[in-house]
This record gives sequence, structure tokens and C-alpha cells, in this order.
Amino acid sequence: MLSLKGINKYYNPGTVNEMCLFEDYDLEIRDGEFVSIVGSNGSGKTSLLNMICGSIPVDSGRILIDGRDVTHMPEYRRAEFIGRVYQNPALGTCPDMTILENMSLADTKGKSFDLRRGTDKRRKEHYRELLSGLGLGLENKLDIKVGSLSGGQRQAMALLMSTMTDIDFLILDEHTAALDPKTADLIMELTDRIVREKGLTALMVTHNLRYAAEYGNRLIMMHEGRDVLDLSGAEKERTGVELLLSKFNEISVECGN
Amino acid sequence: MSSILLGILEEGLVYAILSFGIYITYSILDFPDLSVDGTYPLGAAVTAAMIAAGMDPLITLPVSFLAGALAGIITGTIHVKLGVRDLLSGIIVSTGLYSVNLRIAGKSNLPIFSKDSIFSNPVVGRIFAGGLSFISNAAILLLIVLVLKLLLDAYLNTRSGYLLRAAGSNRKLVISLGKNDGMVRILGLALANGFAAFAGCIMAQKQGYFELSMGTGMMVIGLANVIIGTQLFSRLGGLKATTAVIAGAIIYRACVAAAINAGLEPGDMKLITAVLFLVIIAAGNLRKNRAARRARSC
Repeated sequence: MLSLKGINKYYNPGTVNEMCLFEDYDLEIRDGEFVSIVGSNGSGKTSLLNMICGSIPVDSGRILIDGRDVTHMPEYRRAEFIGRVYQNPALGTCPDMTILENMSLADTKGKSFDLRRGTDKRRKEHYRELLSGLGLGLENKLDIKVGSLSGGQRQAMALLMSTMTDIDFLILDEHTAALDPKTADLIMELTDRIVREKGLTALMVTHNLRYAAEYGNRLIMMHEGRDVLDLSGAEKERTGVELLLSKFNEISVECGN
Repeated sequence: MSSILLGILEEGLVYAILSFGIYITYSILDFPDLSVDGTYPLGAAVTAAMIAAGMDPLITLPVSFLAGALAGIITGTIHVKLGVRDLLSGIIVSTGLYSVNLRIAGKSNLPIFSKDSIFSNPVVGRIFAGGLSFISNAAILLLIVLVLKLLLDAYLNTRSGYLLRAAGSNRKLVISLGKNDGMVRILGLALANGFAAFAGCIMAQKQGYFELSMGTGMMVIGLANVIIGTQLFSRLGGLKATTAVIAGAIIYRACVAAAINAGLEPGDMKLITAVLFLVIIAAGNLRKNRAARRARSC
């Protein structure tokens, strides 16, 4: 379980541009939830993910994972149990290394990066199996550099790599936003399948209201650092894109954009 | 003629060792590391001081590597922990090392001609007896460079080597793997400066003396070697980068020898290196820009 308690986060503190994004913000995510987070630009969605992952510090408040206080834990240590897929497909893989080398890197996560061979040849079949599950034919291109793959292929690999080892949370940071609609659908379906198969707890920020309505079992709409909607279970099931859109327009009109 | 060619080969091989270090920082880590201007003479100072004190020349090899690695850790720590920009971190360390090197050697020029070295000792004398003695330096250097190349290749294929390669092209990925990317970069700088000091150690033994200013411009020369090697041979698939770097170092020395043969003074070499270097970098950038434009237009 992930809980945020009494989070305060200011931007540009001490300047005329000081802005309070989060004020006494609370959030609880239970194990097994697949939460979609929507909201306009500047509503705090990405800041929320960054605070959970430790990419940006909180000004006050506590972040707990399974009761363990991680508020001051550095980002790389939290990454041991948090997997993250970024909007930019380039951030989830290493372009100068081959598919096989990238898979080996991800497979070594949580183990010691010592002087043993980088690629364990006995795991090759396993990697092939995982890659063939993506349905992109990558299993036959193990020795190709990842930099030469398309954005969609790289994002699929990023998804696979971030969920390869045991993680408690999967963080999806607008991970379909840089892809064409067809590829985005593909990656979204893949995400849903991986989350279900592995029984992951996932947080997905998206601008795609259809994905937010169709996927996951909880939906949060954020606005100016607050949750204006928080639906789960049957309530979430009943909520369609139209309803979300009207609510979205309502809050957007309030602040005049 | 053959002695000139042999001279080119020998010098090229020494600079190849330095270039392995530059390859790690510049090509893998994308870190322009100027500390090699200080760590190359550091290796030479340590070596000359030890040999002058009568120690076994073989021991200077690991000791100089470790001394360089320690200096690399300092550069990395200044950069990573104190947030000083990469170029400046290197300048700070190489500036400080100038005084350290003088302290270690005791004077700005420390000759060790008369002492045993890895190139001239009774064992080498027996192996390369009589007519073979003129190739002994080249043979020893070739062996050293080959071993170092194989070690570096092997290292880059370990888990730790994978992480180093990832740190250069995508530090977010290193963090995602639960590793501190700053520590990985410090490790890379340690290795790179270990190689630089090792090259200084070999050079001091080959030329028979330590000279305080021998490090000036080493980063640029090493970088020229790396870029010449990797650019010339990048189209030849299958050739390992480390092999290309060795070839680049030898080609660079051949160019230098040709320029001096054509009537230029050795003192002109720094200017020629600087211009050559600029041309290579500018050409590389232009090509990158064109590629970026092509990528955007489609």
C-alpha cells in the first residue's frame, strides 16, 4: 500500500512566482489497484508521480510504502521496488546497447552489478519468450541496437524491462502520449495485460480519457493539486468518456482555459 | 626507415593506452575529462620516483594505475557530489596534480635512464638477445596493449560494464535499475584515469625520465586518437571500438611523424593537433545535425 500524508509542495519558493501546488494532500493506493490519473496541464499529475518516485522532493508531509517511510529515500533506492515508464520512449532503454544487452540489464536489477558476464546465455530463451509476448517480432532481433527501433517498439521494451523483476508499483507517466494512436492502443493493451498477469499495483497518468475510463479499476481527476474525482469499483465502471469529458470541461471553464 | 616506423608504432601504442581511458570517458560516459592532463604525468612521476628509489619496475604498473584511479575518483566526486561542471572538475584536478606530481618526483625532471625498467632489464635482454633487441620495445608494448585491450573488452561485457555503458547514454535507466548513476560515473572516471596514469608509467620507462610538463595537451591528443579511430573505422562493422582506438593512436602518430618530416617543428604539433581536432569535431557535429534534420523531416 502506498500512502501520501499531508503533502505540501511549493514551486519557486521565496520568489514572486511562488505557487503552492499541493497543500495538505493525502492519497492512499491499495495493493492491486490500477489507478488512472487525469487532469489538465499543471494540475499536478506528473509532480505527484515525481514525488512518489523521489525525482522531486516534497516540502513537507510523508510518503509511505507498505508502512515504510520513503520520504527521504533517494530516487535510485526507491527504484528497487518501483518500476517506471516515461512518456519519452528513449528514457526506458539504452539506445547504444542491443536488445539482448538491454534485457540482460533489466534482468540484473536487484542483483549485484559485479564482474560476472553481463549477459547470461542461459536466460536468452527466456528473453525471447518475453519479447515474443509483445508480438512485435523483437525476439528475432536480439543483436540489434535498441536505438534503431521505432518509438512504439522501444516503449514496449521499456514496459517489459520495467516489469521484468519483482516490483511493488508500476508508474506510467503518460507512457502512450508520444506514440501514434494505433501504437498507443497496442501499448495500452500490453500494459493492461502485464498489470493483470503480474498482479501489479499501477498508477497511470494519461491525457487520454478513453484509456482512463476503459482501463484500470480506479480513476482520479486532478485539478490544482486536488482530487476532484475519485471513483473506484462499480462507480468507475459506470463512468464513460462523456461523463469524464463534461467534468473535465467544467473544471477547465472554472479556471478559464 | 624501419626505425621511424618502429618509433611510430611504439609511441602509438603508448598513446593507445591513454586513449583507452579517453574512450571510456568521452565515448562511453560522454564526459570530457581534462584530469588526464594531470593523471598521465602522475603515473610517470610515481613510476620515476619508485624506480629511482630502486624498486622493481613491475610494481610501478599497478601502483601508477591505482594512483590515477584515485585521482579519477576525486574528479568524479567533485563533479557528482559537489555539482561542479565536468570540464571544470577536470581542470581543478589536473591543476592540483601539477604540484602533487612535482612533490612526488621531487624535481621537474627526474631521469631514470640508468635504472632497470620493464623495457631494459636482464630478463628482456636474454629474450631479445642479439639481432632481436631492436624490436624488444615494440614487442613488450604490443603485449601490454593487447592485454589491456582484452581486459577492457571483457570488462565492458560484465554486468558492471553494462551499467557503465548505460550510464553514458541514459542515466534515467541506471536510476530505474536501482543504481546510483553518480557512483557509476565516478567508477568510469577512476578506470579512465587509471589507464591515463598507466600510459604515463609506460612512457616514463620508455623515454627514461619524468618531465613535469609531459601531460600538457594529453586529453586533446587522446581524444584525437579516439575520434580518428572510431570515425575511420565506424563503417567497418565487426571491428571493436577498442581496436579502432589502437589504430587511431598509431595513425595519429604517423601523421605527426609525417608533419615533422615535412619540416615542421615538434613545437608546432600542439597547434596542428588543435586544428585537426577542431576539424574532426566540427565534421562530426555537422553530420549529426544533418542526421537530426533528416530525422525531424520524416
